Amino acid sequence: MTDPNTPATTPETLLGLEEMVLNFGPQHPATHGVLRLKVRLDGERIVDTYPIIGYLHRGTEKLFELHPFFQNVPHTDRMDYVAAATSNLAYVGAVERLTGIVVPPRARWIRTLLAELQRIASHLLWLATHAIDIGAMTPFFYTFRERELILDLFEEYCGARLTLNCMRPGGQPYDLTVGWAERCAEFIEDFPSRIDDYEGLLTENRIWKKRTIGVGVLPPDVAISYGVTGPMLRGSGIGWDLRKAMPYEAYDEVDFDVPVFHNCDTYDRYLVRMEEMRQSTRIVAQCLDKLPEGPIMAKRPRVLKAPKQSEVYYGIEGPKGEIGFYIVGDGTPNPFRCRVRPPSFFNLQVLPGMVHGQLVADLVAVIGTTDIVLGEVDR
Amino acid sequence: MPRFLEAIEDVVGSTLFYYAVSPLLKIAAALFVVLTLIAYLTLAERKILGFIQVRLGPNRVGPWGLFQPIADVAKLLVKEDIVPQHAIKWAFVLGPCLVVGPALVILAVIPFGPSADVTGGMGWHIADVNVALLFVLAVATIGVYGIILGGWGSNSKFSMLGGLRSAAQMISYEVPQGLSLVVPLMMAGTMSLNGIVEAQHDQHIWYVFNYYGIGLAAFFVYFVAGVAETNRNPFDLPEAESELVAGFHTEYSGMRFALFFLGEYANMIVISAVAVTLFIGGWLPPFANQSWAGFLSLSFLPAGLAGFIWFFVKLLAFLFVYIWFRGTFPRYRFDQLMALGWKWLLPMALAAIMLTGLVKVL
Repeated sequence: MTDPNTPATTPETLLGLEEMVLNFGPQHPATHGVLRLKVRLDGERIVDTYPIIGYLHRGTEKLFELHPFFQNVPHTDRMDYVAAATSNLAYVGAVERLTGIVVPPRARWIRTLLAELQRIASHLLWLATHAIDIGAMTPFFYTFRERELILDLFEEYCGARLTLNCMRPGGQPYDLTVGWAERCAEFIEDFPSRIDDYEGLLTENRIWKKRTIGVGVLPPDVAISYGVTGPMLRGSGIGWDLRKAMPYEAYDEVDFDVPVFHNCDTYDRYLVRMEEMRQSTRIVAQCLDKLPEGPIMAKRPRVLKAPKQSEVYYGIEGPKGEIGFYIVGDGTPNPFRCRVRPPSFFNLQVLPGMVHGQLVADLVAVIGTTDIVLGEVDR
Repeated sequence: MPRFLEAIEDVVGSTLFYYAVSPLLKIAAALFVVLTLIAYLTLAERKILGFIQVRLGPNRVGPWGLFQPIADVAKLLVKEDIVPQHAIKWAFVLGPCLVVGPALVILAVIPFGPSADVTGGMGWHIADVNVALLFVLAVATIGVYGIILGGWGSNSKFSMLGGLRSAAQMISYEVPQGLSLVVPLMMAGTMSLNGIVEAQHDQHIWYVFNYYGIGLAAFFVYFVAGVAETNRNPFDLPEAESELVAGFHTEYSGMRFALFFLGEYANMIVISAVAVTLFIGGWLPPFANQSWAGFLSLSFLPAGLAGFIWFFVKLLAFLFVYIWFRGTFPRYRFDQLMALGWKWLLPMALAAIMLTGLVKVL
């Protein structure tokens, strides 16, 4: 063991060269919110990265304990605030499994529909910020144009654009408004050509490929050992998708593919997400086709109580990975404990390993490709 | 020559007129044109980017946002002048000046229009220096000191990284840029910018098309290196927003920031103007040797003005390409940028020089 107080006498320190500690964030254009990274730099090369989180900590998990099951849905909106519908879905799914409510088919299909629209919206936001981090400015505006249309659809459905609060334990609060399905179909029909537009700007662009191929390599065994899920995992060659592996809602009745790429780098994760948007489009189209008639809310007690000493873990495939809720019930209308498994938190853990020995410019590319939302990391 | 100039000449005498009054008037005119161009270039950039990115761009101040540059300048002028506490003051103050100054000085040798021999009166340049090309290279090099001083003097880590990046970048790209300029020099056999344009006129070819594509290669190297020299996308690493916040000018605000901004746009204009002069025939009209294209020489206008219009049109085309790049490309990484400069552009420029020599000898 060397004493940390004794100055090391390496040639570098004798020459007066030293590593620089750069404080990257929490106010930095590329950290997507309030991520703070302490980066040790040797020139432009990254020696070490320490993510420092907690700037957006709101005590959400404690808040869950203070409110009845129904009133907790809005808290889930504020975790992954760019993909509220999937957070809602994971939470209400967990509560339904805890209390044994069976959701009517129409509600299941509407949920699938909303979750896939949300996945597209989330991936669009990811693409926008990822591209602008790598210096391509224009895709940002293109993707926001389409994201706007999705948010309009959400607004029409539930009145909110970002913090949707669009699901309830037991079913859906509202039915689709008149003409909603047609407007959604219109968007879905148009959307694949828009994806082609984005890909035309980036996929075969030499600079884009140079900046992303071989950058931020995440080997499959590392990904598994850190509990990485979602597009990050599928970009590392592992075809694990909860929609296929443990189908929920209506996913076993729709036809879609899970894109998997094997090079484990930023470019492959980009390809995975682009393809996922196309697949989500397919799912939405099928949902609109097959949407059954019927009730949208199950018969449920006015005050929902969990059985005594009950517990459940339920995870779904969110846009960023597996988002899960572990809820313990104690016979009261409030959860006794609610623990969230946010995908961003787990995906962030691999960041230091992915950027080790790479350049500062790669750091922002890798932050972009991990697609983290700090609301979810810090909770 | 316009009548009011003749009147001035009568008053001050011809010697004083040719050596003092006329250059001063030209300097004032050139500065006015270029500074206005810079101001409206910022507006054009935002408008064109807006068009590329399906949005409107500035449209609140005046019709189509036409007074936006004026509002911007007014805002920047009245902003508080902040020098960070830990900044190295002299470097912090000197930095922006060293960026703007050289860029504007280069304008002195650019022929905006035909020389006095062609117009029969006033030449459309401030000074016809016989080693103008060397002058351009020498003065353009000074700009990098401004950026280094600014980045270092700010005493901020992001600024320093930005300053170091730009130092490495601009010095590396000056090499292929300087070498690529040797090609038109060899083709024309003169270092005077006026002389090079006139040589293109006499040889009936723009040098970008000269010598079986060698001119094109040299032009390509020059322009790519020029984009890198001006720190513009896709080579905007020194001020890479997503990585270094704002790079070397992170700590600057108000008018000092505006000077960096001004310097960047002035450099764009200078690089484009030199490219137009050396490769695209300067003030010559296109298709000059085709009889059907005779109307393009705008012979109904005075020769000087017609030349100036063609020069200006070509200049604007280049500036548009700059903005177009910005709307299209992602950013290179530092090591990739260096590799591009040293491994591709430098050999290309050297090969172009050798082949030019070969063609000239044969």
